[in-house]
Amino acid sequence: MNDKKVKGKIQSPEDRVTNYKEVELGYTPKQAIEEASRCLHCANPRCVQGCPVSIAIPEFIKAIKEDNLKKAYQIITESSSLPAVCGRVCPQEKQCESLCIKGLRGESISIGSLERYVADQAIINNFSSAKPKTKNGKRVAIVGSGPAGLTCAGDLAKAGFSVDVYEILHKAGGVLTYGIPEFRLPKSIVEKEVNSLKKLGVKIYTDVPIGNALSLNELSEDYDAVFLGTGAGLPKFMGIKGEDANEVFSANEILTRINLMGGFKKDAKTPIKKGKKAYVIGGGNVAMDAVRSLKRLGIDAHLMYRRSEEELPARKMEVEHAKEEGIKFDLLTNPVEILVDENNSVIGMKVVDMMLGEIGEDGRRSVIEKPKSLHEVKCDMVVMALGTSPNHGALKNSKIKLTDRGLIDVNNTKTNLKNVYAGGDAVTGAATVILAMEAGKKAAKEIMEDIL
Amino acid sequence: MIVYKVLYNKQLNKDSWEMEIKAPLVVKNCMPGQFVILMAKEDSERIPLTIYDFDRKKGLLKVIYQVIGGSTEELTYVKDEIFSVSGPLGNANEICADPKKYLGKRICYIAGGVGIAPVYPQVKYLKENGIDCDVIYGARNVELLLIRDECEKIVNKISYATDDGSYGTKGFVTDILKERINDYDIVVAIGPVIMMKNVVALTKKFGIDTIVSMNPLMVDGSGMCGACRCEVDGKPRFACIHGPEFDGFKVDFDLALKRMKIYHEEEAEKWEMMKKKLSKEKR
Repeated sequence: MNDKKVKGKIQSPEDRVTNYKEVELGYTPKQAIEEASRCLHCANPRCVQGCPVSIAIPEFIKAIKEDNLKKAYQIITESSSLPAVCGRVCPQEKQCESLCIKGLRGESISIGSLERYVADQAIINNFSSAKPKTKNGKRVAIVGSGPAGLTCAGDLAKAGFSVDVYEILHKAGGVLTYGIPEFRLPKSIVEKEVNSLKKLGVKIYTDVPIGNALSLNELSEDYDAVFLGTGAGLPKFMGIKGEDANEVFSANEILTRINLMGGFKKDAKTPIKKGKKAYVIGGGNVAMDAVRSLKRLGIDAHLMYRRSEEELPARKMEVEHAKEEGIKFDLLTNPVEILVDENNSVIGMKVVDMMLGEIGEDGRRSVIEKPKSLHEVKCDMVVMALGTSPNHGALKNSKIKLTDRGLIDVNNTKTNLKNVYAGGDAVTGAATVILAMEAGKKAAKEIMEDIL
Repeated sequence: MIVYKVLYNKQLNKDSWEMEIKAPLVVKNCMPGQFVILMAKEDSERIPLTIYDFDRKKGLLKVIYQVIGGSTEELTYVKDEIFSVSGPLGNANEICADPKKYLGKRICYIAGGVGIAPVYPQVKYLKENGIDCDVIYGARNVELLLIRDECEKIVNKISYATDDGSYGTKGFVTDILKERINDYDIVVAIGPVIMMKNVVALTKKFGIDTIVSMNPLMVDGSGMCGACRCEVDGKPRFACIHGPEFDGFKVDFDLALKRMKIYHEEEAEKWEMMKKKLSKEKR
């Protein structure tokens, strides 16, 4: 019986499609200790190797078992600046948990749920994270307050640096704030994680578009080092006919209106379009977030993806949750044209069926159009969730080097410019929160090595 | 968090207002043609407004806005402090960005309604850099002509057009432009989409380069949402990061007109809601 994960409480699908509250409610103290007790505390823990920020996983789990949550929190925050976030949105099933020895026979330890439990308890009980060192007199500017920037800021502040974070939007958090929905990552949690960084002395300046308000050159002259964690915010479109129709949105727009601007609330001042039937095009986590958000607005929400379920890039758990919530999956289908009326309003799409082919160079099954499969579907809203690419507004008039793919070129985390470092989606292209955090961590380390 | 003090927020006419805000970081490097996004309160909508005037030494920014819905009406209730001023956003006007290149060129600015607000700093900046521009300014009636005294201080030649003839020429800005079309090398038109469309229809015929400033719906203003996409030269371009100014010959104005109506119904509902909320507040 010890082979199975302890399951935390979860909102029923019927309830949760009517609200934006968190789907997973987390462990009770009893459940956490029970789950922690399943850990074998391996002498050579494989889980740690699977963690991009190398949290001492068996140690913090041991502290939970001993009911010493303060200690557990100290252990986690030595490696991670955003545990309440990671516990929720890291793809643990592909990282730490995928390597857990318990997973060979039965289910791995639910490391993510335990991390979240510790972080949530720390917030409730106001635990302090690892103490910052005395100030070393060095100043670092961080551009972007997403996971890469916040992690870099946290590590540097703990090491005694004075850190100023510049954010273009009116709220800190980057994708954690505008992108990932409330039902997966409550905004109060993000705010609390940001506040714990402020307690470490990190200053956050919102509303500041670096590149326009201050140039990168000015920052690199004013500060001992600059870290660029500007992410990948620019939404991709398909380039098909009719895509400029009024009710064709990027997933970013839908999510920003809902998350950042609180568009789901009845008395929200920012409007959100409420169609009758919407298609979200794409199969990643952002597509899942968008389609599940639309469902909660009472829209008949469909997901359209050109490959099959097995190839969906989204986390398995998110796909399961979406299905439970009644999201319809139109798989192996691809739009070729968006149909509009005389007012430029969406009335449907022309789509084709797709077939899977051989495994391509990128390790994914190729996909080809099925002959004579063109048909029409009706809808009044289309949302493009096709991925994003970096937006280099912050680099305006600088001589920073980019790769052929238009990403910031780095050696480890160093750019070609003196004292300018970069990491996260701006360097890798759109990836995950935890990989951005890993990059922020690496940059903090390299900055310390270079300027201390 | 930066605190933005509001020096004044005054009504100019029936539905236009002017606000001056202390925002040193916004104006430190700002240029004519760029815009800012204002939020009255923490839960407010983000309102993009092109910069009207700025004083780098004093760190002051001025904007002019027209009440066209609930969120702009909410702005009229701002006093003492405003929650958020993000900017400068977008790109500088290309003539202002490199005035030397345009020395000796005959430039005419065309403004419609509140479009005079973004025109003013450009004409002022170019004058400071040795280029005198003409201005043609139109509105429905004399009541709606804004900042006339300010403009007349910096403009060599300013002509007015009103639909009803209550001031200047009776008719449209294009009626005036038509008569002197051969006097200009470059036209910059800023105002309602339909006005910019009509100006371009005229200048294109005579092959006079025309810059227009697009003001589509916008959310973040940082290139993240794509709500502000315009069709330019057959390709989608984001007004926030690629604009807001574009080559007028290449803009699809008909599409822009349609895309402004995306949230028409929702906006009307929100305005009703906002009126109720604001009725309890004092200006």
